[in-house]
Amino acid sequence: MSRSLKKGPFVEEKLMKKINGLNESGEKKIIKTWSRSSTIFPEMVGHTIAVYDGRRHIPVFISESMVGHKLGEFAPTRSIRPHVFKGKSERTTTVKK
Amino acid sequence: MVRISGVDIPNDKHICVALTYIFGIGRSTADKILEELNIDKSIKAKDLSEDELIKIREYIENNYVIEGDLRREINQNIKRLIEINSYRGIRHKRGLPVRGQRTHTNARTRKGRRKSVGIKKGKP
Repeated sequence: MSRSLKKGPFVEEKLMKKINGLNESGEKKIIKTWSRSSTIFPEMVGHTIAVYDGRRHIPVFISESMVGHKLGEFAPTRSIRPHVFKGKSERTTTVKK
Repeated sequence: MVRISGVDIPNDKHICVALTYIFGIGRSTADKILEELNIDKSIKAKDLSEDELIKIREYIENNYVIEGDLRREINQNIKRLIEINSYRGIRHKRGLPVRGQRTHTNARTRKGRRKSVGIKKGKP
């Protein structure tokens, strides 16, 4: 179910305030945020936002085509690791002896 | 045999079904089109008059994105997701389900046929 239109897209107010501040002063700084569920607004384009993934803040450069997505979509929370063959495990060798 | 919008040649089925041979038109869209144009749904495609055919062609052309254009649009949308490096784009790239389904089991449509990975049995 999608969010009611009455409310408009969600964005953490603190984050928006920081962005607006940066826009006014014309600065470019990396903003750390934990708010993965915030929608990316047109105002954020060109900034770099460090989005928390549960461990680290991953810097995400906001481009124009990202508008409308959520910040969390660009900082994956799972690391995908392929299976590694470790050779014979110790347990099987001891059993054989 | 009749041709509607490009290469599609629906046969002698009911027109509401024949229209679904066009990529981008399913049963409900087909029904909607015919209702809009006041054409009997259960008429066979070959029994359509020239007039009705033209009407259908025009209506589809003006109101729907179909066939190649639609395919291109879909691919562009996927490409965009991959380019901006979003979660959905990554899932598309890896050929895994995009909408949060489980992958512990199932997900065979996206993953394709089972590939066995495992430890080969060595000689004792």
